Amino acid sequence: MNFMPKMNRRDFVVGAAAGSLTLGMRIPFDAAEAADGAPEVNAWVVIKPDETVVVRIARSEMGQGTLTGLAQLVTEELECDWSKVTYEFPTPGENVARKRVWGDFFTAGSQGIRSSNEFVRKGGAAARMMLIEAAASEWKVPAGECTAQNGTITHAASGKKTTFGAVAAAAGKLEPPTEVKLKDPKDWKVIGQGKKRLDTPIKVNGEAKYGIDTQVPGMLYAAIKACPVTGGKLASFDAGKVEGRKGVKKIVKVEDNAVAVIADSWWRAKTALDALPITWDEGENAKVSSASIAAWLKEGLDADTALVGNKTGDAKAALASAAKKVEAVYAYPYQHHVTMEPQNATARYTDDKCEVWTSTQNGEAALALVSETSGLPIAKCEVYKTFLGGGFGRRSTSHDYVKQAVLVAKQMPGTPIKLLWSREEDMTHGWYHPVTQCKLTAGFDENKNLTALHIRISGQSILATVAPARMQEGRDPATFSGFYPGGAEAAFGYDVANVLVDHSMRNPHIHPGFWRGVNINHNAIYLECFMDELAKEMGVDALEFRRKIMAKHPKHLAVLNAAAEKGGWGTPAPAGHFRGLAQHMGFGSYVAACAEVSVQGKNVKIHRIVGVTDPGYAVNPAQIERQIAGSFVYGLTGLFLGGNTVKDGRIEQENFDTYDMMRIAQMPKVDAYVMPSQGGVWGGVGEPTICVAAPAVLNAIAAATNTRYRTFPLRDHGLTLV
Amino acid sequence: MVKLTINGKAHEVDVEPDTPLLWVIRDNIGLTGTKYACGIAQCGACTVHVDGQPVRSCAFAVSDAADKQITTIEGLATNGTLHKVQQAWIDNDVPQCGYCQSGMIMAVAALLKEKPKPTDADIDKAITNICRCGTYQQVRAGIHAAAANA
Repeated sequence: MNFMPKMNRRDFVVGAAAGSLTLGMRIPFDAAEAADGAPEVNAWVVIKPDETVVVRIARSEMGQGTLTGLAQLVTEELECDWSKVTYEFPTPGENVARKRVWGDFFTAGSQGIRSSNEFVRKGGAAARMMLIEAAASEWKVPAGECTAQNGTITHAASGKKTTFGAVAAAAGKLEPPTEVKLKDPKDWKVIGQGKKRLDTPIKVNGEAKYGIDTQVPGMLYAAIKACPVTGGKLASFDAGKVEGRKGVKKIVKVEDNAVAVIADSWWRAKTALDALPITWDEGENAKVSSASIAAWLKEGLDADTALVGNKTGDAKAALASAAKKVEAVYAYPYQHHVTMEPQNATARYTDDKCEVWTSTQNGEAALALVSETSGLPIAKCEVYKTFLGGGFGRRSTSHDYVKQAVLVAKQMPGTPIKLLWSREEDMTHGWYHPVTQCKLTAGFDENKNLTALHIRISGQSILATVAPARMQEGRDPATFSGFYPGGAEAAFGYDVANVLVDHSMRNPHIHPGFWRGVNINHNAIYLECFMDELAKEMGVDALEFRRKIMAKHPKHLAVLNAAAEKGGWGTPAPAGHFRGLAQHMGFGSYVAACAEVSVQGKNVKIHRIVGVTDPGYAVNPAQIERQIAGSFVYGLTGLFLGGNTVKDGRIEQENFDTYDMMRIAQMPKVDAYVMPSQGGVWGGVGEPTICVAAPAVLNAIAAATNTRYRTFPLRDHGLTLV
Repeated sequence: MVKLTINGKAHEVDVEPDTPLLWVIRDNIGLTGTKYACGIAQCGACTVHVDGQPVRSCAFAVSDAADKQITTIEGLATNGTLHKVQQAWIDNDVPQCGYCQSGMIMAVAALLKEKPKPTDADIDKAITNICRCGTYQQVRAGIHAAAANA
């Protein structure tokens, strides 16, 4: 059969950048030889004579567990023995050469499993059919009389049995099937099981290779500094001051804004760079500060016109005639991704080939950039993907480090060079969670019914900078995540007759980026904290207040009810403990949280936080539970400790001493509940829960202290997470 | 030239004496399991053992490690048998991205040597490594599991 993996707009953006990348129809089951000479059954599956099953994984593994989940999907349909399953990452170059047989490499937006589940499962099913056909052909019996289970093929009538490994070579020579039928979810045996991760053994002994661990014979090392003010330029540097230092090979200009030192070790490169006199031309942006950004955004809260994301009824008219109005203004700061592995790439350039080894969430975009930067066609370029020491969106759309590595390598042709950013370089040259402010205005009628809601967001658009092609008539649709009037992605979960959500776009020079969870992080804080404010204003319990306006949103309500119940809502809390709720939808999944906190003076202790997720289908509940727990850490770190500030046009925080992360002592007890409602929905799990962490805790803090915090991080208010 | 013993093997390296041990282990010796993340001894990703003590090698001069026994994540298993912390990490599926876990495991191995049955409070005090994926709940479970496996 022919099928085309679903192409979304993002693919076309990538494709456009890639120039010669082939987008379109392909038959993904053609076989070739695997890297080690073992025959493929098809592009997804290699079975070795010893019965080892190698599953090809196109998406990147950055901790989220996609690797294991995708292997489960293939295994389910292949009917192989899970204990024999291993994996390998095909390269983006191979994908292009084979007409994108593995589909999209993009690993962000919680898409790892969501957008490839169908063709990955079909890859497994097609391989099973071919293996059966090969056995049936050898036995001269109809394939329809044979079955496969646990890597063994059986012909019941004759009692014949063989193994996948024994027929794999013959299967690989067969024509791929034209019709592939997938299992009914009720028959799943591997999907839905909390299988252990396949990549754990090599992550406990130092064997797992991340981009930073790349070793190529003859390799040199480079350290780099770019202008600390985004948009500024490199004016000059005095190479003579460091040229004679031991191990230093070359000092090179990179683009118009950076300088790198190449040396025989990274430490020598880094210390020489630190000693290098550099003059920057910082430009106009050097005048920008957090205060100037905040003032600009504040104007947007009351601007006459704005880009509309959700208009239901007539909120402005309803507010004008409301019996009671409630208003609040919130703000959410810049946040750095802080991948534990700083940005890096190793590049080798010759006139005939350019190769890059790197941690990337999008190998194909990296490949396109290598081609563009090196000036060589895609066929002469290659990107070797490694494990990622965290991604969180930083390595999805912005491969500035890859571009720099190629430009450095081009200045020393033939020599592989590992470019590594220092933590300070990384922290100050991020693609930050966008900065926004939000004014929420609610109107009630005489009977205390919520009749109108106006949510005005003022601030930065990610897409305007990162992917302008995805803007919709000047509007950034991602801005309204969680506020969409409907749809399967991130729909608003309340039934209010008159709703207006609009955006006053203000784009400061600091680069915005997709920060794990993206816009639902602040949107959920704004809405869910405000909902608690409204409930309090009306003298109604926060859960009851929400329930009353959620009848038309049963999935939102189901996770909220579950979080409330598991969190003990409505039952007495331990002395001094207070609870808070939040719910939201994002990435196709419904999430809710119930936090229990105590506050002593300025010290906040989160005793417990319940997280409930309905992702539709749950491929690996054990890993989803870990994503829920980790998401709480990500969201709460941002709430209490994060928040990047701008001074003289540059990001002020340079390392963990000024930009701290949650540690184990601050970790609340997390009770995670996965509630898969199935129904054809494949929701994401790596991101959604982050957005309910902060509002649930903020609502609990408000209950405990009678103080409503509306600007973040909480450290600005003197609050400490203990 | 600095003389080092890493995972029982003798090395001689030509580096400036104030070079952080981390970079010697990674770039000169080629053992990349020990990770760089902050360079200022804040996060613990670079933790190794020097004469059995946990050390943040990104801020530890190589000259201070001369003639001492250095153990990295690659040398934690003995004769092919995983250290009980490594085994507990597998049993509890602790790592996510895994980048910080070499340092985390080395820090935990050192804690268990000093306190074979640590309480949660002991863990909170001793384990200050940063895990950005937030696997702390599994780390805690892993530590207790390793401690139980005396």
